[in-house]
Amino acid sequence: MAQVSMTVNGKAASGEVEGRTLLSSFLRDELMLTGTHVGCDTSQCGACVVHVDGQAVKSCTMLAVEAEGAEVATIEGQANADGSLNVIQQAFQDHHGLQCGFCTPGMVMSAAALLKDNPKPSETEVREYLEGNICRCTGYHNIVKAIMAASGQDVSAIAAE
Amino acid sequence: MPKDGGIGASSKRREDIRFLTGEGNYTDDINLRGQAYVHFLRSDIAHGTIKSIDTAAAAGMPGVVRVFTGTDFEGVGTIPCGWQVTDRHGEVMQEPAHPILAQGKVRHVGEPVAAVVADSPEQARDAAEAIVLDIDELPAVVDMKDALKDGATKVHDDLNNNLCYDWGFVEENKDAVTKAFEDAAHVTSLELVNNRLVANPMEPRVAVGDYARGTDESTLYTTSQNPHVIRLLMGAFVLGIPEHKLRVVAPDVGGGFGTKIFHYQEEAFCTFAAKACNRPVKWTSSRSEAFISDAHGRDHVTKIELALDADNNFTALRTETHANMGAYLSTFAPSVPTWLHGTLMAGNYKTPLIYVNVKAVFTNTVPVDAYRGAGRPEATFQLERVVDKAARELGVDPIALRRQNFITEFPYATPVAVEYDTGDYHGTMDKLEEMGDFSGFAARRAESEKNGKLRGLGVNCYIEACGIAPSNLVGQLGARAGLYESATVRVNATGGLVVMTGSHSHGQGHETSFAQVVAEMIGIDENMIEIVHGDTANTPMGMGTYGSRSIAVGGSAMVRATEKIINKAKKIASHLLEASEADIELKDGAFSVAGTDKSVAWGDVTLAAYVPHNYPLEDIEPGLEETAFYDPSNFTYPSGAYACEVEVDPDTGKVTIERFAAADDFGNIINPMIVTGQVHGGIAQGIGQALLENCAYDDNGQLLSASYMDYAMPRADDLPMFSVDHSSQTPCTHNPLGVKGCGEAGAIGSPPAVVNAVVDALQSAGKDVTHVDMPLSPDRVWAAMNG
Repeated sequence: MAQVSMTVNGKAASGEVEGRTLLSSFLRDELMLTGTHVGCDTSQCGACVVHVDGQAVKSCTMLAVEAEGAEVATIEGQANADGSLNVIQQAFQDHHGLQCGFCTPGMVMSAAALLKDNPKPSETEVREYLEGNICRCTGYHNIVKAIMAASGQDVSAIAAE
Repeated sequence: MPKDGGIGASSKRREDIRFLTGEGNYTDDINLRGQAYVHFLRSDIAHGTIKSIDTAAAAGMPGVVRVFTGTDFEGVGTIPCGWQVTDRHGEVMQEPAHPILAQGKVRHVGEPVAAVVADSPEQARDAAEAIVLDIDELPAVVDMKDALKDGATKVHDDLNNNLCYDWGFVEENKDAVTKAFEDAAHVTSLELVNNRLVANPMEPRVAVGDYARGTDESTLYTTSQNPHVIRLLMGAFVLGIPEHKLRVVAPDVGGGFGTKIFHYQEEAFCTFAAKACNRPVKWTSSRSEAFISDAHGRDHVTKIELALDADNNFTALRTETHANMGAYLSTFAPSVPTWLHGTLMAGNYKTPLIYVNVKAVFTNTVPVDAYRGAGRPEATFQLERVVDKAARELGVDPIALRRQNFITEFPYATPVAVEYDTGDYHGTMDKLEEMGDFSGFAARRAESEKNGKLRGLGVNCYIEACGIAPSNLVGQLGARAGLYESATVRVNATGGLVVMTGSHSHGQGHETSFAQVVAEMIGIDENMIEIVHGDTANTPMGMGTYGSRSIAVGGSAMVRATEKIINKAKKIASHLLEASEADIELKDGAFSVAGTDKSVAWGDVTLAAYVPHNYPLEDIEPGLEETAFYDPSNFTYPSGAYACEVEVDPDTGKVTIERFAAADDFGNIINPMIVTGQVHGGIAQGIGQALLENCAYDDNGQLLSASYMDYAMPRADDLPMFSVDHSSQTPCTHNPLGVKGCGEAGAIGSPPAVVNAVVDALQSAGKDVTHVDMPLSPDRVWAAMNG
């Protein structure tokens, strides 16, 4: 067992982990931050995306010990200080960008990373960026729309409610 | 002007807040004090005799609580099947036992053979690797037609053969259909495969069993679309636990699509092991396990023939389908290729004579059961493909041929036992032609050709039967359950309501849309209403969510219970207002006396019900809580018309979806935003089936496409924006909301549109291609063009 310490959503966090413990397991099972989801075992689905030192990372692909000393951000830390939804979260609700909610934490974290690097992405850029986040419910239409809306672009011309 | 609340409003979903902030409560988020973890050792061969299972080393590994094998379950029931089909000779289907852990033989890759319960998931997994399993491998039965040959290896030694049933529908029509084909001016026939799929909800299945020794009560937390069904099946048929000692909770569930309807071995195991080990036992499926243990979908091989007269009227339809059951009968598997498929073969057309033959076959593969649409996508695909092929053979416009044969008068009794109450198939086709800009297609094709691409336009219609189902009817057809739904409406003293429904939401947004209905009926704000579901301890007996039944059946139960509430509240109001009950009107959350300015607010009436100081106690009881069960008198029949435009790269065979339009008739709509989202998701799954997804087994019964590295899930960059419309509305005539259901339409309507479009594109280049089997992967399309 190894001791690991990191900052998660601005707070110090530490625990004892096995060498093989994944960051996703550490977040879910040790820190009880169950908003980060695990939807596959081949690093394909993206439900577990968090930010590590500002970079979007699939937390099932990283060992907890690799995050020693890192700044980790998860879905639980994304809302505004007053508890209201942030711009991306609000856009997902406004544009019905989620249904069952299971892929949603990863989608929101990926969207945040995309918009940090590319503040006004085109539809094609959003779709290509989300290649590593699988959603089975929405057909992506409203997720793409939500992310473009969150970037301040007018999405009213995109079909449907 | 869009409404801002109630029926017809695109109310934002209240459940989104918890899902967007990481505060959802999915089954894997539930951790009980002192829980242990189970890891299942699953067969890695498809068919074999178990010679020995040596668990001694595993039992001594660190943290191991107990190792279970099949012998631990010899006195326990087996996993039941919920539907018994009677074949065309009047014999009931062959029904093998389905053990919790393999007994004597393994019959598919993924079948659980042993289970290790340990203090941590890693310890359980490590110990499972130390189990020594000796299996004598037998030949695997994989291909359905091979499985039915004389002398074929049997999947189940105690059955006569691998034929589950040979079903004919309508058997009495068979000779008349044969005659109609002899008299036909033209016959179009087509052989096709409806490819096997994995439902793949993003949340893998999870089960947590708990047992309280002090009260002898068991609790199962599980990823289910229907917790009451699991309680009944597992309690009554597997473990022998009466309902009052068994609670099943399905909290937030991350998508279902059918595969979370069924009762699975892992649920029974965790409930059993929690008692045996006297501590909670948790199982979390990995995605790799999900591929080989979640019930698969589709997997039909069909020959369909359409007979037409000299004027291109459809005169008869005949199909022969082989339907794969897999190694065991999953909960509703027998119903999917029969009653959910054969009854839909009329589609949107007035074909007078139809005969459907289905041979259901056991193979050494994962069990197959309902997946979004369940039988109806299979029916629609074959019908709409053969109609399209007929149009091309006859040199007539595919839309015109469809329109010529549309059913136009309702109610319409089909020759396959169902009666459509309402529909307007020309109306949805008119809408589609407008949305799809068909008049601009030639110019778009020319532009594609300029860029070296082929362009095709595919159109199809669909009809489905939803709102499953009238209990007395399905009972006659072999269902071992009723298919009503329930709701309890509890009004609190200060006027807020809690609706406890047997329907289950796993992405459909019931917490929002169900509240809209009750808000509309009473005339109060939606936020005064809470929707509770997913826990047998606090919801009345319900049948759950599948078959696009929630609003049509569950919503109707809620309407009936709310009507009872309103009726009682009017009695209270009439007392408070000292007026005749007949003169009391409810509007905008207030009761008034007709023709006067006297009124009393909703909250005053509800308070009086619980503080009955001035109250007609001699006539009615205090309190305001009512339950209703609703059993539908018919199915509902959503319908629509879909159009797909594709580009095909002739050099690679790669297909891209350029435009997709869907015009649906769902009857009345509660929340247009949610309905649109349901259609989007269905279309994506249908396009996934048509272009990307496939379960590939090799001859040894090994699943080759068993991870997201191999099974091609639709990704964001595989799909376009969709154009969706549901303004064509012919309300259902037999439920109180006039609703038809929308959850499966997209998955039913989209695959034939895609394939029709690709065939159109290939024929535009002069290729003599009349069909390509799904998924239309680049290699298959390229081979079709160059073969």
